[in-house]
Amino acid sequence: MIGTDELAALVAADIPPGAYVNLGIGLPTRVADHFAAGSGVVLHTENGMLGMGPQAHGDDVDPDLVNAGKVPVTELPGAAYFHHADSFAMMRGGHLDCCVLGAYQVSADGDLANWHTGRPDDIPAVGGAMDLAIGARETFVMMTLFAKDGTSKLVPACTYPLTGVRCVSRVYTDHAVFLLDRAGGVRVRELFGITLDELRRRVPVPLDAGPA
Amino acid sequence: MTTFPATAREAVAGIADGATVMLGGFGAAGQPVELIEALIDTGAGDLTVVNNNAGNGDRGLAALIALGRVRRIICSFPRQPDSWHFDRRYRAGEIELELVPQGNLAERIRAAGAGIGGFFTPTGYGTPLAEGKETRVIDGRGYVLEYPLAADYALIAAHTADAAGNLVYRKTARNFGPIMAAAARTTVAQVRAVVPVGGIDPEHVVTPSIYVDRVVRVEAP
Repeated sequence: MIGTDELAALVAADIPPGAYVNLGIGLPTRVADHFAAGSGVVLHTENGMLGMGPQAHGDDVDPDLVNAGKVPVTELPGAAYFHHADSFAMMRGGHLDCCVLGAYQVSADGDLANWHTGRPDDIPAVGGAMDLAIGARETFVMMTLFAKDGTSKLVPACTYPLTGVRCVSRVYTDHAVFLLDRAGGVRVRELFGITLDELRRRVPVPLDAGPA
Repeated sequence: MTTFPATAREAVAGIADGATVMLGGFGAAGQPVELIEALIDTGAGDLTVVNNNAGNGDRGLAALIALGRVRRIICSFPRQPDSWHFDRRYRAGEIELELVPQGNLAERIRAAGAGIGGFFTPTGYGTPLAEGKETRVIDGRGYVLEYPLAADYALIAAHTADAAGNLVYRKTARNFGPIMAAAARTTVAQVRAVVPVGGIDPEHVVTPSIYVDRVVRVEAP
């Protein structure tokens, strides 16, 4: 098993220099701390900004400058602002190289569930999750592999309400990294302190361990 | 032609019971709090409100909801740690929610302002939020038909207006302002400064005056 920061560093290392990237709320925001100096990665926030900098503190807090999680952030040189329809056109139009999202479940063929538990007493909130999932050229998921009850979050078919269909191409977890071909094929790229046999016992999805 | 009422209360005059009102802002950023407070003072109720969220804390949209003035809200992200007024009304069945993915919400508003009768979007295809909607496969990809979303009034916050009614915004407070301004029959903008004509470089205008009916200056908080 590896820790969140190690995993975030792994995701960051897989994002090509100069990429335009959106990091979802929660775990994925940690990826921002691990881009190499001079990587040229440009962060997009769906409320209307490219070139988002780190979280703002103290005197740098500006109520007019927040990220998608409504957390005060900073702007980097070369930043740009735009309205919401433009911001989502950037995603939907396939201009964003990559997004990294959290998930409740991912299915073997790349379906994503991350916006609603489906419990009747829950107030649903979707935000930009559905647009990001299908809009970015690559959708990566970063999540713990197992739920609190020990069940796998990589599943044959999602039981939670879907966010997007066949949209996830990679799943980064604390136990393994999975590459999805979005036609049901799941390949294990690397393991973190777990054997392939044990992984196969606990994840109810056929796992290919061969080279790509 | 853009007019410049002296007070926020005059700026929101005419919003009747049952109106559809777009409120700019993403959380607190760009939320026209003073205009919403003026709207509260008018007593108008039975409103349909369009906003990304469903109120934060106790001010602005949250106060409008707390007072029971909102019959229906169209938004993408109602549930937040500080959305207690909405949460209470929703759980009591006192407010109707239409949940729309954020990009579809923005594009529906844009479409209304641009005179588009509907559009096919990939967002939401195959999910519960597309249930009952017309779909089509175009070039091998699934799309959902979404319709434009117009309003009687838009209340937005910009940073600066010139005396002609052109607007510029500040940082991420721009968010829904430009598209809501175009989608409403009457658009009211609150700004922190009004400068003479020529005070905004025409190359820098974000919302041209044609979309702006009333501008009121409020003191910066």
